[in-house]
Amino acid sequence: MTSTMEPGAARGVDAIKVSGVGKSFPGVIANHDVDITIRAGTIHALVGENGAGKSTLMKILYGVQRPDEGTIAVNGTEVALHSPSDAIAQGIGMVFQHFMLADNLTVLENVVLGAEKLHGIGEAARTRIEELSSTYGFGLDPDELVESLGVGERQRVEILKVLYRGAKIIILDEPTAVLVPQEVDALFENLRDLREQGHTLIFISHKLDEVLSIADDITVMRRGTTVAAVRPQDVTARKLAELMVGSELPSPGTEESTVTDRPLLEVEDVEVVDAAGRAELADVSFTIHAGEVLGIAGVEGNGQTELVETIIGMRHAARGTIRLEGKDITGWGTLERREAGIGYVPEDRHRHGLLLDSPLWENRILGHQTREPSVKGPWLNKAGAREDSERIVREYDVRTPGIDTNARALSGGNQQKFIVGREMSGDPVLLIASHPTRGVDVGAQAQIWDHIRNARRNGLAVLLISADLDELIGLSDTIQVMLRGQLVGTFDPQTVTPQDLGSAMTGAGGAA
Amino acid sequence: MTLSRRILLGLAAPVLAVIVAAVISTLVLVATGDDVGAFWSTMLSVPASRNIVNIINNASLLYLSGVAAAIGFRMNLFNIGVEGQYRVAAFAAAAFAGAGVLPGKLNTVVAILLAMVVGAAWAGLAGLLRVTRGVSEVISTIMLNAISGALVGFLLSKWGVATGVSTNTKVIPHSSWVGGFKVTGDPVEVFGLSIFAVVVGVAFAVVLNRTRFGFDLRATGSSESAAVASGVNVKRMVVVSMLLSGAVAGLIGMPTLFGDAHNYGTSFQVGIGFTGIAVALLGRNNPIGIAIGALIFAFLSEQGNLLNILAGVSPDIVAVTQGVIVMAVVIAYEIVRRYRANLEQAAVAAQVEPHTDVEEAVA
Amino acid sequence: MSVPTTAVETAAPAPGRMDTRSRMWLYLLAGFVLVALVRVVSGANDVDSAGTLRAALESAIPIALAGLGGLWSERAGVVNIGLEGMMIAGTLGAGYFGYHYGAVAGILGAVLFGALVGALHAMATVTFGVDHIVSGVAINIIALGVAGFLAESFFSALPGGGPTQSPELPSVTSIDISFLSDPATTIQNKHWFLVSDLASVVGALTKELSLFTVFALLLIAGTGWLLWKTSFGLRLRSVGESPAAAESLGVDVYRYKFIAVVVSGAMAGLAGAFLAMVASSGFQQGQTNGRGYIGLAAMIFGNWRPGGMLLGSSLFGYTQAMQLRSGGESLHALLLVVFVILLAVAALQLVRKNRTQAVLSGLLGVLFLVWYLSTDKVPREFTTMAPYVTTLLVLAFAAQKLRMPAADGRPYRKGSAG
Repeated sequence: MTSTMEPGAARGVDAIKVSGVGKSFPGVIANHDVDITIRAGTIHALVGENGAGKSTLMKILYGVQRPDEGTIAVNGTEVALHSPSDAIAQGIGMVFQHFMLADNLTVLENVVLGAEKLHGIGEAARTRIEELSSTYGFGLDPDELVESLGVGERQRVEILKVLYRGAKIIILDEPTAVLVPQEVDALFENLRDLREQGHTLIFISHKLDEVLSIADDITVMRRGTTVAAVRPQDVTARKLAELMVGSELPSPGTEESTVTDRPLLEVEDVEVVDAAGRAELADVSFTIHAGEVLGIAGVEGNGQTELVETIIGMRHAARGTIRLEGKDITGWGTLERREAGIGYVPEDRHRHGLLLDSPLWENRILGHQTREPSVKGPWLNKAGAREDSERIVREYDVRTPGIDTNARALSGGNQQKFIVGREMSGDPVLLIASHPTRGVDVGAQAQIWDHIRNARRNGLAVLLISADLDELIGLSDTIQVMLRGQLVGTFDPQTVTPQDLGSAMTGAGGAA
Repeated sequence: MTLSRRILLGLAAPVLAVIVAAVISTLVLVATGDDVGAFWSTMLSVPASRNIVNIINNASLLYLSGVAAAIGFRMNLFNIGVEGQYRVAAFAAAAFAGAGVLPGKLNTVVAILLAMVVGAAWAGLAGLLRVTRGVSEVISTIMLNAISGALVGFLLSKWGVATGVSTNTKVIPHSSWVGGFKVTGDPVEVFGLSIFAVVVGVAFAVVLNRTRFGFDLRATGSSESAAVASGVNVKRMVVVSMLLSGAVAGLIGMPTLFGDAHNYGTSFQVGIGFTGIAVALLGRNNPIGIAIGALIFAFLSEQGNLLNILAGVSPDIVAVTQGVIVMAVVIAYEIVRRYRANLEQAAVAAQVEPHTDVEEAVA
Repeated sequence: MSVPTTAVETAAPAPGRMDTRSRMWLYLLAGFVLVALVRVVSGANDVDSAGTLRAALESAIPIALAGLGGLWSERAGVVNIGLEGMMIAGTLGAGYFGYHYGAVAGILGAVLFGALVGALHAMATVTFGVDHIVSGVAINIIALGVAGFLAESFFSALPGGGPTQSPELPSVTSIDISFLSDPATTIQNKHWFLVSDLASVVGALTKELSLFTVFALLLIAGTGWLLWKTSFGLRLRSVGESPAAAESLGVDVYRYKFIAVVVSGAMAGLAGAFLAMVASSGFQQGQTNGRGYIGLAAMIFGNWRPGGMLLGSSLFGYTQAMQLRSGGESLHALLLVVFVILLAVAALQLVRKNRTQAVLSGLLGVLFLVWYLSTDKVPREFTTMAPYVTTLLVLAFAAQKLRMPAADGRPYRKGSAG
């Protein structure tokens, strides 16, 4: 699977050695007893689920956070990193998952910002950037506005930023999260070139097949600590996955199917275009029946957000039809669709799901401003909203001092539970759940899944978008994969394997 | 958080602001060598009954102006054009009522409605520009203010009647006048139409807090993205809010017009629109706060009129005090808000068990 | 300051089309020719006479300086509605220091006062995170009050002064380049198409040219260089485009925002000094008359760039100059200009197949033509309105094509990065 030779691996000193590192926050232990050895001149992958502690560890390595215990040695010398500048001085550079780029500035300006002393901001800098870009095959034009760059190019600008500052050790946080397959291949080419030139790369991911194809060493993290250090040639994806979750993969629910043959949501040939006329969704067609959960798998950024927004009415389809219980709702606005019984658990709960500076009981009204129990005619029904908020807090186990607490004060998991409870009120016929358990602790996650299963038994149709394979396989009756705005494959959760899904999601091939 | 604590926190900022303003005004007076003692004794003196009437009258006008601005502020719309809206509305009402087409009180009623419509339209123009062309309502309302001045001046010069120094619209027939309330024994009365302040205040409170429309308005001001996801038609809300704001602004000139001046001209009272914005900020855009703010500002202005005679201090110092109150209060509100948010988060953390929701804490 | 409702055009032009800068020069040229034509047709020779253009330049400079202040602030992401108040502070400073210590002191004093008010805005928005517009409105209220009070205190006792105005202030030197301006005047008076118009432009720039004007123009050019060609400028702009990115790279976001807003106040103060010392003979209460806001509009019109902002200020200054000169007749002639422009817009819309917009523009244009033909001059109040209406129209048509700094107007809390 991977070569046995190790090009560029220097002898002797390890690039980074992390020993016994621990870090806690109020109420949370993010890292404990972390031990990692990263050999110089290698590509080292760090894998683990969401919440395993990878991000915190990387922030410690980059000087954004300081460890509570343990030591870090860079190139053999123990160091204390108090800020990103310290890390940069040690030759460590970080490419964040969410790019830190100013759209209206050029590549050059974004790269030299903060490091103007190195080569100035004029010709010398331009030359250096062109040099780096051609050495590593980035193909970047220093004078192009970042705004016009694609995702893969933007990532290369981020990598260029760290190289420009002399980084020898580069940390990449979930770099392939938003890339399409060709971009992933291009990135891996770049990473191999960097390794040739003697750089050390730390690659954080939860995409097991990618990790197996690029890494020289793999460290697995689970629940805040390191549980295994392996070589790619010694493990399979399945084994890695088990190390990550600590047990076998979830098996799909074995309860009886509740899928009826009454179509609830029918989407036909829907096409959505952006302001410039480019297709964001094309030829999208599917049907969800009452009592059915349709799971949409896919790498983030392939059209899932657009799909969700089109069905809830925040965007309008340029072509195609959408039918709810037989009625054509294609031209309807969000309010009408909600009144017709569509519930929406949004991906970004802070932007779309809550009024953060309002009390919980007022948040009960949000999205339900025209229906019981929140309103009576044009008037708000405060008592009704308050009573129902209490019910939601009870039934969904929302941990809060009371319903007068502002939404902002609750933890993400409890905010999400409240939102799910709210959207499931009033007997919706269709629930759009976009990453419904993202950033939610395992206990809350299980509770939310139970509520969805219960509702499904009572005839609810669910459109589930998720990046969590557990969730998709465990909840869905059918799984479809979305890639570049189109649906490219249908799978049965009872028989699908992670490799099948992964391949379809990355366009590497159809069902095994 | 307990109710008493909430009230305390709510009052902390305005009280702090008034204190800061008092200190700074005193310092300014010291710097210019004015008589600080006389200033304070005048300002804190109990107003004569005649002045109390003036204070009530001015406060009701300021209240209307404050509510007009607050309707916009609640939606994150900055309607700086209250001044211009009330000017064109007052002119329209005065011109119509002066023409005396309709008899008696019917004339009055229709004129008032006309004022509301004209005020709404003048504000609605800015709202439309914003939703259709993306023009910031801050600049468009300010431009419309200036245009309104010139426009009304032009119309006055064409249709107005020159009486001595000023040009005015035709005097409104006696039968359309609105009598006042004799609150004290003085010849000065509280404007009859100042009850509009009460009516508007109650309506504002009720609509804002108890109706679906009010909820939508507050939601859009709080988080436009969440409002859109919940089904609110933001563009429509923007236009409707500006219309309402302008309609209320149109009422500002009515008490004076029908209770005192009886025509509109070059000497009609100006400046209330801007002071109303200050009052709205001081009162944090809520119906009771604005009332208190209006009373404070009216009190300060009225007492200020005496400064020249009784203390030899320019009454402009009151404008300084008022300005500093506004600035101090908006800063104080920010500080209190942050303090309050921290308190609440600590309370929640104390009540709720720690969890292993790692992604959460580091996000 | 404008609210984006559509996606922004990309900067790279499609092959075969001119880039934005060349297009602007073309429009400028076309506009100039159009005005020259209208002058000949209508006989309103004052439309672009040297006198009018000189008055336009004088009106434009305070607007441009205010706009420059707005540009500094907004490029760092802070909206500054308080420019009007800062300008008022500037006029006061010029009045006080100018009278007591001379012209240069007057200018410096104005800058100081403007910067102080700017610092107040900076403190409120950057340090305390108050909403930018709320703070700006509060600033204007305070500045008005303070200026009113201090004016009475400073000036009432002085000879020639009063509670709302200062005595006459020492003037700033102005120069005459007579070997250019004399022949220019001669050519202008021949009223030849295009040649005389060009001569007017020369005449306007070479006679009674205040050194303050030259200084202001240098400042505008200097700002362009500083913000786009130096590290300081790059960091300042990055703070307005993506403060999170800037912070992640070690830029002190708060510091740059603070500096930008204080400089913004200083510029507005300078505008006030120009008003008090060049455009008038001293401090007058109310002399700013909304120029702070018009400056903001000029900045938006200029797409947050100094060159465009200057162009916008000239346009607004021109409409203000109308009031001072034989306003009615020239403004009347300008109706024809508006008619032609609207016709051109209508034609453009037809080409782009926007039928309804084309018809609307066309109808509007015809209305202006009718207005022109049926009247002899435009009433005085309309000349007063002209700059404000122009501002509205320009914003209404241009606001959507513009690109404001990406993080403009958003309060920033440290630690929002990463």
